[in-house]
Amino acid sequence: MVPSSYYLVLSAVLFGLGVVAFVFKRNIITIFMSIELMLNAVNLAFVTFSQHLGKLNGQVFVFFVIVVAAAEAAVGLAIIILIAKHRQSLNVERVDLLKL
Amino acid sequence: MTDSYLNQYVPLLVHMIVAAGLSAILILLSTFVGNRRPTRAKMQAYECGMRPTGDAREPFSVKFYLVAMLFILFDVEAIFFYPWAYVFRDLQVFGFVEMMVYIGILLVGYLYLWKKGALDWNR
Amino acid sequence: MFPPIQDIYRIAPELVACLFGMLIMVADPFVPRERKGAMGRLGLAGALGALVAVELMSRHAGAAMNGLLVVDSFSVFLHMIIYGAASLVVLASYDYLERENLQQGEFYALLFFATCGMGIMASATELMTVFVGLEISSIASYILACYRRAALKSHESAMKYFLLGSFATAFFLYGVAMVYGATGTTSLVAIRAAAAHATDHHMLLTLGFGMLFVGMAFKIAAAPFQVWTPDVYEGAPTPVTALLASGPKAAAFAVLLRIVFTAFGDASSTWFWIVWISAALTMVVGNFAAVAQSNVKRMLAYSSIAHAGYLLVAVAAAGAAGEESAAGIAAVLFYLVAYALMKVGAFTIVSHLGGSGEQRLEIDDYAGLSTRQPTTAACLALYLLSLLGLPLTAGFLGKVYIFQAALDAKLIWLVVIMAVTTVVGAFYYLRVIWVMYFREAQQDWTPAPVAPGVAAVMFLTAAGILALFFFPGPLMTFAAHSALSLR
Repeated sequence: MVPSSYYLVLSAVLFGLGVVAFVFKRNIITIFMSIELMLNAVNLAFVTFSQHLGKLNGQVFVFFVIVVAAAEAAVGLAIIILIAKHRQSLNVERVDLLKL
Repeated sequence: MTDSYLNQYVPLLVHMIVAAGLSAILILLSTFVGNRRPTRAKMQAYECGMRPTGDAREPFSVKFYLVAMLFILFDVEAIFFYPWAYVFRDLQVFGFVEMMVYIGILLVGYLYLWKKGALDWNR
Repeated sequence: MFPPIQDIYRIAPELVACLFGMLIMVADPFVPRERKGAMGRLGLAGALGALVAVELMSRHAGAAMNGLLVVDSFSVFLHMIIYGAASLVVLASYDYLERENLQQGEFYALLFFATCGMGIMASATELMTVFVGLEISSIASYILACYRRAALKSHESAMKYFLLGSFATAFFLYGVAMVYGATGTTSLVAIRAAAAHATDHHMLLTLGFGMLFVGMAFKIAAAPFQVWTPDVYEGAPTPVTALLASGPKAAAFAVLLRIVFTAFGDASSTWFWIVWISAALTMVVGNFAAVAQSNVKRMLAYSSIAHAGYLLVAVAAAGAAGEESAAGIAAVLFYLVAYALMKVGAFTIVSHLGGSGEQRLEIDDYAGLSTRQPTTAACLALYLLSLLGLPLTAGFLGKVYIFQAALDAKLIWLVVIMAVTTVVGAFYYLRVIWVMYFREAQQDWTPAPVAPGVAAVMFLTAAGILALFFFPGPLMTFAAHSALSLR
């Protein structure tokens, strides 16, 4: 058996990569993908803890995360398409009507 | 415990190194040793079959996104059937009724997008 | 195997909201264009039905759905705020949708779905249920923020809300995973029991709380997770802004209070300092940034950040008071009611004065309003004075309760920061009032007559703000009672 801590470290690394990509990437789709990466890191952590604790509920949580992520993806992509249609660009820095 | 566990994988590691090394050597050999006489037919993407037209990276219609998103939604929502089917016998009638409610809600969504014309390709 | 019928009553408001949401959504394509007004009436019926359902729910206290949700006076109190605010927003948006020529059906459907999610958050006693409620409300809100499809600003606000919102949700979920790993459960009561034993997972638990706090701090717009607020509030359709400023904030505070006092009660004192720092930072950032704004919506957005800070002061006070936490929690609850009234009222007037296409949103555009529409000007002045916290308004009493709780808990520094930043707040609230009353309008502009729905919202919120000052007793008793049910 690979010890659980390996999976937890992998999960933390994936989550960290997602955060870094979210902060530094400029393409909206890429930023969106980094969020999906973070959610999948969470899924990995849930499954690992579930296995480690010998309880099944952690794996059921993963179903909820997957479904919610899909719903979020549908809405998010719709918003992104709307932006792409109106501005011919997917660079977040060019979406700047509202000053930050 | 960890060490002995990982030791089992040493043959696999050796296998991977040998495989990677062999393919690298073969590719390098053929680039350096072999001589090449490119012709027009050889440079095409497919030597036989359809003649390629245009670029693969051209933009395609937003309609595809719409259908893809709808597919993903209904596809992923089916995920809940698996755990439900697993405990179906224990849940008895209640489980059945509950799943019918769930499917009913999905059907409401389906009815909505149907009436809105989201499935109408030519719109 | 069927759940007892009480379980159905305990989620009655959510059921009513969902059913009306689906009904409106499906009915909308079948209704001919010239009769779309029926959607608004259906929306109003749904909002009133949900309020009746809250009453029904309050009679069936107890845990529901195998302990996923609970109905106690705390959740009833929060349901009142959330569904009350949603009903006011339904009233306010009726006229707005016609003016902006937007589709009516989906708007009310999404509004009901969002409200349903907030209701779930308010009574959730389990972290995964919180997550599902949070996402139901968030996803509906992303679409609502995008509802003015012709306006680039609306897209931009939706995009920022969506990206940063999902980012914060991912943090929240990772926190849930950590807490689950440390304690083996996601039920708040069980977390508390497990945390008392498992001292070796202290680190994981604290980290988990930090991440849960990030998720909630985003929703309540607390620093340093407030950057999205002004942009989203400015770009979203104004009635949606009114909803975003009141409902999700109340729901997120409910979750925060439950997590802090039910799950982490005495397991970790680190959370107190997390809340303390965030409260101080939020008050300073919100108030000072608001001074620099010329756009009313942005100004009110920063003001709502500042108010999140005041509310966090009360949370910190409740935490520092140990066993006597009820006073602080009651102060949060009272202030949430006052805050929802002020914000919904103020944004409704902003939406009314914005005119077609939301063109008139600068503070200078309000010049001479007191002569053109004296009642509107008076109401807006009342909301602003209440936000500032002057006597005769609910905002004053709310601030007094928070000050009292913080002083009792000996949080002198937070009290000092709160007092100083409140004085800074006087500058930007009074500036709007000064422009309305003492500056002449530059051009001949007559605001559109006040629509019945807007008038109703103005009357209800203004009356509520005054009533809470003169008769705070019943609500405060209820709030104190609700605070006790958290333990």
